[in-house]
Amino acid sequence: MHAMLEISTLHYLVLGAALFLLGVIGVLTRRNVIIVLMSIELILNAVNLNLVALSHYWQGMSVRFGGGPGALHGQVFAIFIITDAAAEAAVGLGILIAFFRNKETVNVDEVNLLKW
Amino acid sequence: MAPVATPFFFYLLAATMIIGGILVITRKNAVHSAMALITALLAQSGIYLMLYAPFVAGVQIILYAGGIMVLFLFVIMLISIERTLKERQFNHQWLIGIVAAAALGGLFIAVYTRGKTLFPEGRLTYAEGQNTQAVADLLYGPHTGMYMFSFEIASLLLLVAIIGAVVMAKKRI
Repeated sequence: MHAMLEISTLHYLVLGAALFLLGVIGVLTRRNVIIVLMSIELILNAVNLNLVALSHYWQGMSVRFGGGPGALHGQVFAIFIITDAAAEAAVGLGILIAFFRNKETVNVDEVNLLKW
Repeated sequence: MAPVATPFFFYLLAATMIIGGILVITRKNAVHSAMALITALLAQSGIYLMLYAPFVAGVQIILYAGGIMVLFLFVIMLISIERTLKERQFNHQWLIGIVAAAALGGLFIAVYTRGKTLFPEGRLTYAEGQNTQAVADLLYGPHTGMYMFSFEIASLLLLVAIIGAVVMAKKRI
């Protein structure tokens, strides 16, 4: 009973999956570009959570089986993804400002200049 | 010292994150969405602390909650949102979108119920160590720095993003 209450790696992965799904629903259904960009941030955070949880898992495993120093590659990847998120937000919001200047709207449905 | 990573804190932070995520995708006003997203990101940095990742937790607070969200709030401020508040908030494909997300959720459930024996039951514990130093060794260490080249590429990416954002947002180049 006590072991069931303890938080395992799977709990973190399920939380990451739930956040990922919320982000996917936001990207697919919302019309406001700003909220679509925020949903993309939610997705990136879900991926980060998975990476850090699996890094924690590898560290715990390497200690349990007497391996070398813990593998922190997941945390380094999470830092790289945060960098990418910053770049993506800057470029996305720049595009959004240019779009708003031309069309006076932030509606995704009206972003159709490249539509054939 | 007993670790503070109790199930209570996990469920508290997880509930904050899920409720914040739901508010992000359902609120009409983009400012309210941004506030909910900041709350979710701060709760996530708490989760990182529970996973023995203090450096990533600090980066999460400083860069995400402090940097990226301020950028979002500035853009929301620059763009008049009065008209968007009166419009329909969800597009015509919302039903298809929810069905697609439900299919993805079913895939997640199938994978995690089949693969849950791969992960050990219960909490993993180990000596906390010098997390920031170990991360820095992976990034810049003379012998262990296997991510040094990626780090340089990330700095180049940020430079391109700065130039791109300025070019996009400028009225006349």
